[in-house]
Amino acid sequence: MSHLPYLAAGWILLAGIFGMVTSRNLVHVVVCLSVTQSATYVLLLTIGYRKGGTAPVFSDIKPTGKVVDPVVQAMALTDIVVNATVTALLLALAVQVAKRRGTIDPDQLRPLE
Amino acid sequence: MVQAAIAAPALVAVLLAAGGRWLPRPLVDAVATGTVLAVTVLLGAVLAAALRHPVVAWLGGWRPRGGVSAGIPLVADPMAAGLALLVAVLTLAALVFSWRYLVEVQAIYHALMLLFTAAMCAFVLTGDLFDAFVFFELMSVIAYVLTGYKAEEPRTVHGALNFGVINSLGAYVTLMGIGLLYARTGQLGFAAMGARLPGQDHRLVTVAFALVCTGFLVKAAAVPFHFWLADAHAVAPTPVCVLFSGVMVELGVYAVARTYWATFAGAVPGAGPALASLGVVTALLGGVMCVLQRHVKRLLAYSTVSHVGVILLGVAALDHASLAGAAYYLLGHAGVKSALFIAAGTLLNRFETLDERELHGRGRRMRVPGAVFLIGGLGLAGMPPSGLWAGKSLMDEAAERAGWWWAAPVGVVASALTAGAVLRVWLRVFRGVGPSGEGTDEHEDTETGPRMSRLPWTMLAPAIVLAGGAVVLGLITGLIHGVSHAAGLFVDQRGYVAAVLSGGAWHAASEPLHPWTAAGVIGGAAGVVLAVPVAVLGLRRPAPRLLRPAVDRLRAAHSGHVGEYAAWLTAGVALFGLLLFTA
Repeated sequence: MSHLPYLAAGWILLAGIFGMVTSRNLVHVVVCLSVTQSATYVLLLTIGYRKGGTAPVFSDIKPTGKVVDPVVQAMALTDIVVNATVTALLLALAVQVAKRRGTIDPDQLRPLE
Repeated sequence: MVQAAIAAPALVAVLLAAGGRWLPRPLVDAVATGTVLAVTVLLGAVLAAALRHPVVAWLGGWRPRGGVSAGIPLVADPMAAGLALLVAVLTLAALVFSWRYLVEVQAIYHALMLLFTAAMCAFVLTGDLFDAFVFFELMSVIAYVLTGYKAEEPRTVHGALNFGVINSLGAYVTLMGIGLLYARTGQLGFAAMGARLPGQDHRLVTVAFALVCTGFLVKAAAVPFHFWLADAHAVAPTPVCVLFSGVMVELGVYAVARTYWATFAGAVPGAGPALASLGVVTALLGGVMCVLQRHVKRLLAYSTVSHVGVILLGVAALDHASLAGAAYYLLGHAGVKSALFIAAGTLLNRFETLDERELHGRGRRMRVPGAVFLIGGLGLAGMPPSGLWAGKSLMDEAAERAGWWWAAPVGVVASALTAGAVLRVWLRVFRGVGPSGEGTDEHEDTETGPRMSRLPWTMLAPAIVLAGGAVVLGLITGLIHGVSHAAGLFVDQRGYVAAVLSGGAWHAASEPLHPWTAAGVIGGAAGVVLAVPVAVLGLRRPAPRLLRPAVDRLRAAHSGHVGEYAAWLTAGVALFGLLLFTA
């Protein structure tokens, strides 16, 4: 079992967080958040991978064949739905920030204190 | 029965969202409140059943066979059922308060509140870690929407955005942890995972615990994951704040406790000290930040941070008596803090501002909100026989047995700081004590539309009931016994696994606990006595010169900059992991 996919997942997570921390644009922040979530897809699919396994669809193959783990695929799908909701909502909020504050640079937004 | 308590509000929410715009507002109010009332009754029945024997419901009838499960359970042990009941009761109070308070909202607000209730109850009752993540996200997304409900105000959308980004980032880190656990155990249920965890690689289990806890600790606003909380609480509509501070934030601590005892018990030796460190820092920093605020809702928000730190400290003792104390503390805190937020809402309605100095002396004739602030302040200080005092007393006793002598003083300091700040608001706003200050002239929307000549009973009654109930909780011995029984079951991992996977018996022997100890009463009195100088000194205008650089630095750290918050979160994960390994 190769460690590379696990390292890739960690790398994507860190890259996304780095983008969020250094970002000068709220839309960019939201997209970076999606990037961090992509790390979870990679991790989940890696966990379910079986060498030589096919997709876990049993309509045209024998149920005895080797398949990858369907549970993580269901989890990744759920995860994608969550991502779509969160991203859409946060982008809408970013649009509102732009309208009400006239800027989407986190450095320019006055503190909330 | 358990499923119905989650499905009913979700279903009514969908109907209200679809057809609510054609209904008159009183009917929408009636439908929403009626639904939550029904859920409350239903959860009361679940709790009564759970007290006899914990209720396990397998969704879709996918029961485990021979101790192996492929289904998703809902588990209503007394602790979970009781917490879900608290969610329902607080939602009821928030909705009654909203009748006259939020006059301009549409049916979609009610739909969101119902969905929020359903999501919180489901999060509490689920027996499956991945489902917990899904319900966590569902509850969070609705919370972002409710925070940003008044989308025309710039602060509101900014606060909601910070809340959304930080909470979601935490949730994804949790999902990474869930993935690691699944890779090792091939299971997602708390019980099924817990049964297979012994014998796994110790390092991997510890890393997974750190990752899984991250999202929950973000929700629980443990330092350094707490930055979003004040930003969101200061801008969210008041009835929503009642739910946020009263129970949603505490659900984070509940989730940490549930994950630990159902799955990780014994497998992560560093968990206790690591969580305790976070708890202590959270309790103290929250208290200090609370004293520094002049915006009443922000002040209450930081007080929540501080009290959740105390609850986290109670959980961290990893002992059933301490857990019972933490649960009782949570209960008392929920009542007091909800009532305080409602009272703050009435101030906002009257004077279109929540700046404490601008409000100087203007609340003299508001007798009920004034009384709520006084009672609330004393309750937060831990005055016997309030619920916070009883919980604190039980926690302190357990900490003493574990050799954590420093836990009791930390609790006293946190109570004194937060209660002192609330009492200061009471003195300044409702009694007109201290110099009158000039405000910032920044006016907020009243949330209510037109100003009311008299406060209606629907706005006052929830505050009176919640605050009044919370300050006498320590006298209800039956409830204390019930909570200690619930905590006894909660920490019994073998019982949990047996009950969920094979329908086995789940009985925990627990000795009855008594908060009326000499040390407990002295601790409560110390909190009240120390709160008075904090309040009186706070009335003087400037902070002492010696402390000013530190104060400025603290304020600068809470900048509202989302990137900085994300950096703190990352540092927090690393720190928590390090503590788990070294402690």
